[in-house]
Amino acid sequence: MRIIVPIKQVPEIAEVKIDPETKTLIRAGVPSIVNPFDEFAVEEAIRIKEKFGGEVIVITMGPPQALDAIRKCLAMGADRALHLCDRPFAGADTWATAYTLAQAIKTLEPYDLIIAGKQAIDGDTAQVGPEIAEVLGIPQITYAIKVDISEDQKRIKVRRETDDGFEIVECKLPALITAIKGLNEPRLPSLMAIMKARQKEVKTITAEELGGDSKQYGLPGSPTQVVEIFTPEARTGGIKIDGTEDPAGAAKQLIEWLLKKGIL
Amino acid sequence: MLKIDKDRCTGCKICTKVCPFGAMVIVDEKAEATEACTLCGACVKTCPENAISIERRRVDPSKFKEYKGVWVIAEQIGGQLRNVSLELLSKGRELADQLGEPLCVILLGHEVTGLTDTLAAHGADVIYVSDQKRLAQYTTDAYTDVISALILTEKPNVVLIGATANGRDLGPRIAARLRLGLTADCTGLSIDDKRQLVQTRPAFGGNIMASILSPYTRPQMATVRPNVFKPPEPNPSHKADVRTVDIKVNPAAVRTKILETIKTGAEGELKVEEAEMVVSCGRGIKAPENIPTVAELAKELNAALGGSRPIVDAGWMEHHQQVGQSGRTISPRLYIACGISGAIQHLVGVAGSAEIIIAINSDPEAPIFTISDFGIVGDLFRVVPELVKEIKRVKAQK
Ligand SMILES: Cc1cc2nc3c(=O)[nH]c(=O)nc-3n(C[C@H](O)[C@H](O)[C@H](O)COP(=O)(O)OP(=O)(O)OC[C@H]3O[C@@H](n4cnc5c(N)ncnc54)[C@H](O)[C@@H]3O)c2cc1C
Ligand SMILES: Cc1cc2nc3c(=O)[nH]c(=O)nc-3n(C[C@H](O)[C@H](O)[C@H](O)COP(=O)(O)OP(=O)(O)OC[C@H]3O[C@@H](n4cnc5c(N)ncnc54)[C@H](O)[C@@H]3O)c2cc1C
Ligand code: SF4
Ligand code: SF4
Repeated sequence: MRIIVPIKQVPEIAEVKIDPETKTLIRAGVPSIVNPFDEFAVEEAIRIKEKFGGEVIVITMGPPQALDAIRKCLAMGADRALHLCDRPFAGADTWATAYTLAQAIKTLEPYDLIIAGKQAIDGDTAQVGPEIAEVLGIPQITYAIKVDISEDQKRIKVRRETDDGFEIVECKLPALITAIKGLNEPRLPSLMAIMKARQKEVKTITAEELGGDSKQYGLPGSPTQVVEIFTPEARTGGIKIDGTEDPAGAAKQLIEWLLKKGIL
Repeated sequence: MLKIDKDRCTGCKICTKVCPFGAMVIVDEKAEATEACTLCGACVKTCPENAISIERRRVDPSKFKEYKGVWVIAEQIGGQLRNVSLELLSKGRELADQLGEPLCVILLGHEVTGLTDTLAAHGADVIYVSDQKRLAQYTTDAYTDVISALILTEKPNVVLIGATANGRDLGPRIAARLRLGLTADCTGLSIDDKRQLVQTRPAFGGNIMASILSPYTRPQMATVRPNVFKPPEPNPSHKADVRTVDIKVNPAAVRTKILETIKTGAEGELKVEEAEMVVSCGRGIKAPENIPTVAELAKELNAALGGSRPIVDAGWMEHHQQVGQSGRTISPRLYIACGISGAIQHLVGVAGSAEIIIAINSDPEAPIFTISDFGIVGDLFRVVPELVKEIKRVKAQK
C-alpha cells in the first residue's frame, strides 16, 4: 500500500506567550513541533505499512525549517518525503494549501490512502484534510479513532467520532481520513532510527517544478484574507477564597455570588 | 508576497513591534520578514514610510450583486434540530436585516418537514427542504452534492454552518468544490461598511483572534462555534416560504456507507460542547469511584459532565467528555473545574469562550486560579458536597 501523510510543522502552542505591551505573539524561543494530530496520522500509516507492506510518504508545505518536522516523521518510520518549499507558496489559506498539496499528491499516484491530522494546533481550522479530498475527488472519513483495512487492501472501515458517539463507516480505497487522539500512541523514534532518517530521501519541490495552476498558490490563490489580528482580553484571576477550614461557608459564598451574577 | 522597499525603509522598527507573529526583524538596519510571516497585513498599515506592500488577488465586485440572502444550513439528527442551528438563525437574522436580504434555511434529511414550523418561528423567511431517504443520515457526499448544487443555482451571499463534527466535515468539502473561502469555527460575525461579512475566530489555541474576509468569492462561507450566540425567542406567527428542492441524490455518488451508529452516554445526556453549564473534574478526583461526587453537582445544576485528559486517558470518562486541545472546545456560561490544575492544553478548550470559570483546587498556587473568576482553595471532596447542599437549599426556597 502507498500511504501519504500530509504533516504540518507548528509552534508548541503551550509555550507561545503574548507580549503584554505589544499584544503580539512572542515566537522567539518557542520550539517547533510536528502537529500532534499528524503524529497520530504518521503512526497509523506506519502500522498499516507494517501489516500490509508498501511505503509511507510524508508531505509538507512549509519553510525550510519544516525539514525538522519531516526528519522526525522519517525517524518514526516513514520512507520518504516531499517538501513543498518556495516563496510563492507563502500566505496560503486552507484552500490554497489544500490545492497545492493535492497537486503534489497527484504526482504520487497511484496511492491507496491519505491520512491527515484532524486539525493543526496553530491555524486550528480542520479544513485542509477535507479540502484535499475534494480536490482529488476521493471520499473522506473524518475523526478516525480506529481504522481497519480489508484483507484484500481495497476497502477501509473506520470508527469515526461524531457529536453523539461513533459511527462505523466504510468506503473503497483510495480515500482520505483524518486522525484524532485515541487512534494510537505515536512511537518515540530510537536513536538508531533518528540516525537512519538522515539517509532517507527528502525531495524539495518549488512552485515552478510543481506546475499546476500557479495562480491558486500562496496568498494570491487564497480566497480568504486575514484583515486584523488581535489578542482576546486576557482572563485574570478574580475572587479567591479559602475553603480549607470552612467548606460550607465557602460554598455559601460562591452560590451567593452566582445568584448575584444571575447565573443561577 | 510581502515586499519591503529597502530604499524607503528607515529601519524605525515599528513593524517589528506591531507584527502579531514576531515575524519582522531588522537586518542591516532594514526590515525583513522571516518565514513566520503569515501575510496578515498588520505591518503594512502601520509603516510610516509606506515601505511594505503585499500583493493580493483582485476581483470584480460587480459580479457579486447577483448573490443575495443569508443561508443557514440546519443540522438535524433523527428529526431533532441541533441547538446551533437555532443559534445561527438569531445571528443570521441580524446579518440579513443589516443587508436587507432574506434569511434562508437549508434543511436536509428524511421526514423532516415537521421542522419547518420551528424554523419559521425562529426567523426563517425561506426554507429550502430536501427530504429524501438517502439524506436520512449525514454523509459527506450526499450533503455536499445537494448543497453545492443549490448554492450554484440560488446564489446566496452568505452561508453559515454550525461548527459541529459534521458541519466541519461538510463545510470544507463544499468550499473546495466551489473554490470558496471558508472561515473556521467563528465566534463573531458582522457586516462592515462595504457590506462584507467580517468573520472573527480564535486561532493559535485561543491566544489570538483573527478577523477574516472573503473579498474575492461569493458566497462568503463560515462555520460557527456552537453556544456562542443565543437562540432567538420563537414567534409562532412568523411564517416562511417553504420550497421543495428538486435535486435527487445519486446513490452511486455516495461512496461511504454507515454500517453502524453508536450513541455514547446515556439517553438525554448533556454534551459539554452544547451545555450552558459544564462541571469538570481532573486528577484531583483520585479514583473513578469518586466521580459521582462531581456528577451529583452537575446533575443539580443541569450541567454537562466533563474531564481533563488524564481522566479520559485513564478510562474514567468517555472521550467525548474531554475538554481541551485534543478534546472538545466548549463555550458554556458557567464552567466549574474541580481538581484541575489548569494546564494550557486544558484551558485552550474553555478559557476563550466560557463566560464564568469557577475553580476548586486544594493547591492555592494552581495555575487555574490565575484565570478563574471565582476560586475556592480547598478539598473538592469537602467543598463539592457543600455546594450541592447549598444549591438544593436555594432551589427549595424558590
Ligand atoms: C490567525 C489565522 C487564522 C486563519 N483562519 C483561517 C480560516 O478561517 N480559513 C482559512 O481558509 N484559512 C485560515 N488561515 C490560514 C490557515 O491557517 C493556513 O492555510 C494553514 O496553512 C492551514 O490551515 P490549518 O493550520 O488550520 O490546518 P488544518 O486544516 O487544521 O490542518 C489539518 C491537517 O491538514 C494537514 N496540513 C495542514 N497544513 C499543512 C501543510 N502546510 N502541509 C502539509 N499538511 C498540512 C495536516 O495533516 C493537518 O493535520 C488562518 C491563518 C491564521 C494565521
Ligand atoms: C499535545 C497535548 C495535548 C493535550 N490535550 C489536553 C486536553 O485536550 N485536555 C486536557 O485536559 N489536557 C490535555 N493535555 C494534558 C495537560 O497538559 C495536563 O497534563 C492535564 O490537563 C492535567 O490534568 P489535571 O489538571 O486533571 O491533572 P493535574 O495537573 O495533575 O492536576 C490535578 C489538580 O488537582 C488538585 N487536587 C488534588 N487533590 C485535590 C483535592 N482533593 N481537592 C481539590 N483539588 C485537588 C491538584 O492541586 C492539582 O492542581 C494535553 C497535553 C499535550 C502534551
Ligand atoms: S515600519 Fe517601515 S520604515 Fe520602519 S522598519 Fe518597518 S518597514 Fe522600515
Ligand atoms: S504581514 Fe503580518 S505576519 Fe507578516 S510581517 Fe507583517 S505583521 Fe508580521
